[in-house]
Amino acid sequence: MKALKDTFTLLGRSLKHILRSPDTIITVAVMPIAFMLLFVYVFGGAIHTGAGNYVNYLLPGILLIAVASGVSYTAFRLFMDMQKGILSRFNSMPIKRSSVLWSHVLTSVVSNSISLAVIIGVALIMGFRSSASILEWLAVIGILLLFMLALTWLAVIPGLKAKSIDGASAFSYPLILLPFISSAFVPTNTMPTVVRVFAENQPVTAIVNAVRSLLSSSPVASDIWIALAWCLGIGIIAYLFAVRIYKRIA
Amino acid sequence: MPKPIIRVTNLKKAFKDNKVLRGVNLEIQKGEIFALLGSNGAGKTTIIQILSTLLTQDEGTVTINDFDTRTQAEKVRESISLTGQFAAVDVMLTGRENLELIAKLRQDPNPKQTANDLLKRFGLDDAADRRTSTYSGGMTRRLDIAMSLLGTPAVIFLDEPTTGLDPEGRIEVWKTIKELANSGTTILLTTQYLNEAEELADKIAILRGGKIIANGTLGELKKMLPPAKKEYIEKQPSLEEIFFAITGKKETKS
Repeated sequence: MKALKDTFTLLGRSLKHILRSPDTIITVAVMPIAFMLLFVYVFGGAIHTGAGNYVNYLLPGILLIAVASGVSYTAFRLFMDMQKGILSRFNSMPIKRSSVLWSHVLTSVVSNSISLAVIIGVALIMGFRSSASILEWLAVIGILLLFMLALTWLAVIPGLKAKSIDGASAFSYPLILLPFISSAFVPTNTMPTVVRVFAENQPVTAIVNAVRSLLSSSPVASDIWIALAWCLGIGIIAYLFAVRIYKRIA
Repeated sequence: MPKPIIRVTNLKKAFKDNKVLRGVNLEIQKGEIFALLGSNGAGKTTIIQILSTLLTQDEGTVTINDFDTRTQAEKVRESISLTGQFAAVDVMLTGRENLELIAKLRQDPNPKQTANDLLKRFGLDDAADRRTSTYSGGMTRRLDIAMSLLGTPAVIFLDEPTTGLDPEGRIEVWKTIKELANSGTTILLTTQYLNEAEELADKIAILRGGKIIANGTLGELKKMLPPAKKEYIEKQPSLEEIFFAITGKKETKS
């Protein structure tokens, strides 16, 4: 009970950080929006996906890129808390250590959700339309939240282990690149075999396909289960590692 | 002799091959200001980290308020407060918000009131609603120490509380520490400045080579030296005295 209260007290603290530096949300949203503009209005004419509206095709991948870059702020904030001795202060107080980590993770979920809402708003202006029902939207939100949780727990690890600020956020670069070698921008069937095998068996493709199907109210096939398995798998393993590292450093 | 509130017995800690602590013994009585004196890298911070449950020792035992730091860490954390080597204040928050945050985490029934009282007591009420990133070094340290008082812990650790402060900031912090002592809180402070230990502490221990090589009141430590002899030396003003003469502030001597 106290652990839960402490988590929310600490969440309130981190949310103040975000409120006072809204640039973190804007920075997170700007790059994916730029990609979206670039792909829709520059490359889009030459890309044939088989689906009519390319914004509809593109949006799921763009959202994942946003999350992948957004979670690096968790690593950044944790690193700063450690540097400034704020973690030492919390850890020498009667506060559950998990409360400290969870508050950072939940902060990431809140700020990423706001970034995604901004991006979806821009996509709507660019012609994104969805035929999804409320239930399908809820499923989309559920998958995206799980994806955020999984990647945020992953981000906790470099946040705790990094030796410099640059090191703390550098881990996100490969994550941001992952969607490019997936079905996020173009269908995988035009890729050479090696790339295609990689693309079709990495988490982003399954997640993108599941979200895309849900948004267009088409059958989701097995993608959704593969997507869920990836998110849960990455999330749980990252969580266990993060907690272990945290116990050792603190 | 009453039972000590902090008892450290044969404390050993090594980082890989580097044996930082080689059997430290300490006893600190309730209400004392105890200074742990040592040069950089002597292991002062390591001792503080073990005492504040952030690090576990390789050997030896530490009890605080009769609780063992290793097996009853949670109980120890309820009895202590740590002011680390670098002021651990949240620079994105105001002074008031920093205090209210810690007050809530310490389950203070009335965080707003408590924060208000502390701001007044530490002379920070004018700056209370400014972000702490705008504070001077001395103000930040004072806020940091104020945050450590929340929840009225029995023991406060101050790890090099004046390192990195300008002379004025240092005197502000000294004043604060003396006030704390009057309230009966036990304080363990580390310092590399001899005059700081002399100024503040009831008892002084000198840490060198991973062991306590001397321990006692200032008077007792003085007795370890050969008897004083008289010499006549022309007294030159120290730069510090000049600084305060020019800037118009007086050093507070107790």
